[in-house]
Amino acid sequence: MNILSGIIYVFIFLSVYVQVFFLVTFLEKRKNILIRNKRIELKEYPGVTIIVPCYNEEKTIVGTINSLIDLDYPKDKLQLFIIDDGSKDDTWQIIQKFTKYENIKIFHKENGGKYTALNLGLEKTETPFLGCLDADSFVDSQALKRIITYFNDKDTMAVAPSIIVDKPKNIIQGAQKAEYDMAVYNKKMLAFLGGIHVTPGPFSIFRKEVFEDLGPYRQAHNTEDQEIALRMQENHYKIEHCPDAYVYTSTPNSVKKLYRQRLRWIYGFIRNAIDYRRLFFRKKYGTIAFFTLPSGVISVLSVVFLFIMLFFNFINFIIHKITQISAIGFHSSFSSFNFDLFFFNTKTIVFISIILYTSIIVSLLLGRRMLEGKFRVSFDVFYFVIIYSLIAPFWVLKALFNAARSRESSWILEKEVKMVKQ
Amino acid sequence: MQKQFDWKRYVVVFFITLGLFLTAIYISNYFSSKKLSQLQGIQDKISIDILSSETQYSLLSELSCKNVSGSILSGELNELGNKLDWSQKNIGATDEVLYLQKYYSLLQIKDYLLMKKISSRCGVKSAFILYFYTTAQNCSECEKQGIVLSSLREKYPELRVYSFDFSTDLSAVKAMLHIYKIEDTKLPAVVIDDELLTGFQSVENLESRIKESFKLQEAKPEVKSTKTS
Repeated sequence: MNILSGIIYVFIFLSVYVQVFFLVTFLEKRKNILIRNKRIELKEYPGVTIIVPCYNEEKTIVGTINSLIDLDYPKDKLQLFIIDDGSKDDTWQIIQKFTKYENIKIFHKENGGKYTALNLGLEKTETPFLGCLDADSFVDSQALKRIITYFNDKDTMAVAPSIIVDKPKNIIQGAQKAEYDMAVYNKKMLAFLGGIHVTPGPFSIFRKEVFEDLGPYRQAHNTEDQEIALRMQENHYKIEHCPDAYVYTSTPNSVKKLYRQRLRWIYGFIRNAIDYRRLFFRKKYGTIAFFTLPSGVISVLSVVFLFIMLFFNFINFIIHKITQISAIGFHSSFSSFNFDLFFFNTKTIVFISIILYTSIIVSLLLGRRMLEGKFRVSFDVFYFVIIYSLIAPFWVLKALFNAARSRESSWILEKEVKMVKQ
Repeated sequence: MQKQFDWKRYVVVFFITLGLFLTAIYISNYFSSKKLSQLQGIQDKISIDILSSETQYSLLSELSCKNVSGSILSGELNELGNKLDWSQKNIGATDEVLYLQKYYSLLQIKDYLLMKKISSRCGVKSAFILYFYTTAQNCSECEKQGIVLSSLREKYPELRVYSFDFSTDLSAVKAMLHIYKIEDTKLPAVVIDDELLTGFQSVENLESRIKESFKLQEAKPEVKSTKTS
């Protein structure tokens, strides 16, 4: 138990370190965070292609495409590719009606996964810039213009937007809203340090050279938006973040759906981190090598160890209860319980946990202030802390388990291939 | 574009985080020492109370029982015991905690001797249990016994339970162990009416003995009173 609590201290230390790291960066760079509330004009409007891959999205696709049509950007400079990746529902019929727009092209292909749809779009792209928009999201009309301003820097190769949870309807979505707000802040800080590790599916815009130089999207364990960012980092391609380019996304509305989504994300992170392990702690890769990837690993492991600790505490509690019941039965309870401040736990771990939770809540509020211009404490914050503490361990553990198993099986497969060759 | 490694940021952040941790440790220690000094305060108070009762008893023993029997402090002693238990679990068996525990054991013995005298002479309804346990080894029976005794104490306010850790390094406690021939292999051990019971004792078993003890108490003063009259 002592070794375990030692490990817990180390992980809490590292988790606090991550938050302090963000906060120090914020205090240093806060003047450089650019938030524009008004419409802007650009000197020139480069051509941009937006690829919308869709698979069984009949319910949301119209909203997504309409938000793209409404983008405040010259129509002759904006190409929209809507790619039906072998949907089984009426998606194909629904997108037909958009063919009347000159700048919209629709494609149909056999189902092959999101990355194959994206790659089909890439092949057809002729503009110097391109991006994608998941069919469950829609964009603010000013988003594209604001993003394009970041490409004035010749080194910038990709720009990620701020993703906001669209109209949260229950506490699961409320919790995600708080989380996404925090992610905006984290992403901006990582951008300042050149350490972004995901160019999210909803509306990240790339220079076309990225794909010409580095190749198309890969399957990448169903998280192609992480893999392309890591590939760019490996090749020292700069990724920026535009905090005032808002993209609204519909998020899982039940624990089960959230679990599935996160399982995919965390599993993808673990596998991609393994695939790109050569980046870890290599000086030439900078922030991604010393901070972003290690902090991702820390968060995965922290969750596991905190869970183990809670599990042990729970078992101890049960054992104690059983002892109590076996000694005196159910009937006698200790009714004469006096509240006494003396018994308030003042162990170091309590204060350290307070520091950790405070730092997380501060991050969250800073993210919200970036988006809304003011600090606003809402119940979302508490939903986030409570719901994620309770259920995150399950998807993290499952993702680790799956990753370990697939490593094993691919290794066995390799061995078998070798044996056949012999 | 080669990225530079900004090692200064990492070092600064490390020291800030370390500072936060040290602050947390400092605050925790501050509260622990406050708690321990609070315990010290309670003990001093109990110590004075016992001394005062003893003195009062010596002064007035032959005259009146009324004045003495009022000096009941077992409630405070119990509370102190609970707080000490908690401290050992949560602050750890530090020198200070162990010192306070020795002090507590001594106070218990003094209270026991005094209350025994008072009850036998003045006929106060009471029963005494001496309970020996160990924290040195993992003793699940001891935990169970502790729970049983706590519940009995709640049920019978006249019952006084004095608990002693077998490993307490105090000659007075060692003397008690010697008198009742307590061995560390036979813990938990309970002494009621000078009779040693080893191993776990159920609620029912102890309850019947406590009632017997009460009866004995009631019988004794009558004998005495007839003698004196």
